[in-house]
Amino acid sequence: MPQVTLTVNGKAHTVEVEGRTLLVELLREQLRLTGTHVGCDTSQCGACVVHVDGDSVKSCTLLAVQADGCKITTIEGLAKPDGTLHPMQEAFREYHALQCGFCTPGMVMSAIDLVKKHPAGLSEKEIREGLEGNLCRCTGYHNIVKAIAAAQDVMHGRRSELARAAE
Amino acid sequence: MYDFAYHKPATIADAVKILSADPDARAIAGGQTLLPALKHRLNRPPAVVDLSGIAELRGVKRDGNKLTIGALTRHVDVANSPEVQAAIPALAKMAGSIGDIQVRNRGTMGGSVANNDPAADYPAAVLGLNATVVTDKRRIAADDFFQGMFTTALEPGELLVAVEFPIPEKAGYAKMRNPASRYVMAGVFVAKTAGGVRVVVNGAGPGVFRQSEMEKALTANWSADAVAGVKQSAEGLNGDIHGSAEYRAHLVTVMAKRAVAEAG
Ligand SMILES: Cc1cc2nc3c(=O)[nH]c(=O)nc-3n(C[C@H](O)[C@H](O)[C@H](O)COP(=O)(O)OP(=O)(O)OC[C@H]3O[C@@H](n4cnc5c(N)ncnc54)[C@H](O)[C@@H]3O)c2cc1C
Ligand code: FES
Ligand code: FES
Repeated sequence: MPQVTLTVNGKAHTVEVEGRTLLVELLREQLRLTGTHVGCDTSQCGACVVHVDGDSVKSCTLLAVQADGCKITTIEGLAKPDGTLHPMQEAFREYHALQCGFCTPGMVMSAIDLVKKHPAGLSEKEIREGLEGNLCRCTGYHNIVKAIAAAQDVMHGRRSELARAAE
Repeated sequence: MYDFAYHKPATIADAVKILSADPDARAIAGGQTLLPALKHRLNRPPAVVDLSGIAELRGVKRDGNKLTIGALTRHVDVANSPEVQAAIPALAKMAGSIGDIQVRNRGTMGGSVANNDPAADYPAAVLGLNATVVTDKRRIAADDFFQGMFTTALEPGELLVAVEFPIPEKAGYAKMRNPASRYVMAGVFVAKTAGGVRVVVNGAGPGVFRQSEMEKALTANWSADAVAGVKQSAEGLNGDIHGSAEYRAHLVTVMAKRAVAEAG
């Protein structure tokens, strides 16, 4: 059986997999990191988005063997060890950017990649376009977009604290 | 998904060796098309050959009046490449409009061209720009490469290595996306090249095709008005729950006008 060595949230793992094992199966079933969700399993919903070497990808559409030697970040790897949330997580909480929460891990991972790659900042339209690969079945897009807009100011150091949601 | 043997060769020669030894073995590049297909058990390759270890398949190179893009170059890399943006901005923009960010972070030019999905974007650009497909064995003109729905001139075991795009005088692309799947309902790629004007339609038919009446009209007069009067016949076009053949035919003229306006 193929063996893969990868770093997940800063920790090195060597795991035996099948050729057909998906990265999301390795994460959820072998490493028990169940924060990464599987919504559609057909590459459309983005619930399974993780970062592979700094790029957001759909982990249901990547073989575990294709991630050999890569650095993976999942939703579990965002908060500081003391529990302080990543600004994007904090913004999702502040702006009520979730209802059932199923799409949230993928939304947060996609949003972080999107914001990081646009240091000049994103307009509302660009945020909406950037979320093309993520579906929210509760259709909570409005607040998701607001949360990302607020988080980008903190992530790029334009504000030290998250702008509070209007009452 | 059925299980398979996994190979990761480091050279083109080694990849071709494995792929030629077993006609059912499949190459994997970004996997954004192959993995969904394997999950549906649409086929059962005994072996999957990962091309990602072959460095020479990757990258963009400008050589005089031609841009060579390696098969493994991802959509995101083509979209963000300063060389592509400077030489063929329509190509960079097209690559940046494929699927979504996550698909563009994995999907490759070679995978899209080799797959030849009738609704894919790349085949329109390759045919529209009169590009040459380079394989491990030969060079194939775009006019001979695309042979209808999911069919190309590639033979079993043949590897797409790169595509050479001659730099056009101007080029533009416009597409109408299906609002749900976001795949192309009808798209038109136009280019004014050294070898003449080319107009290519994707999404609307069972494969990419050249629209010769529009080519004539634009040769006589390069303007959106020139194509506005050219009607696309609905015969042979796709009709489905998303749109009738007549609707797609109508879209072809609208997209052609937009593509010319885009090209400037
Ligand atoms: C949600 C979603 C949305 C999408 N939206 C769009 C869209 O709007 N427009 C669009 O054009 N595409 C779209 N795609 C498809 C995407 O562009 C794919 O990346 C592309 O079609 C295939 O590239 P790949 O590298 O992933 O190929 P793979 O899936 O790895 O391979 C595809 C096929 O090509 C073969 N192959 C790959 N590389 C080579 C090579 N070098 N030589 C010979 N054969 C090779 C493989 O064996 C396989 O048969 C979408 C995909 C998804 C999942
Ligand atoms: S579970 Fe991966 S995209 Fe839906
Ligand atoms: S919050 Fe329920 S799917 Fe998005």
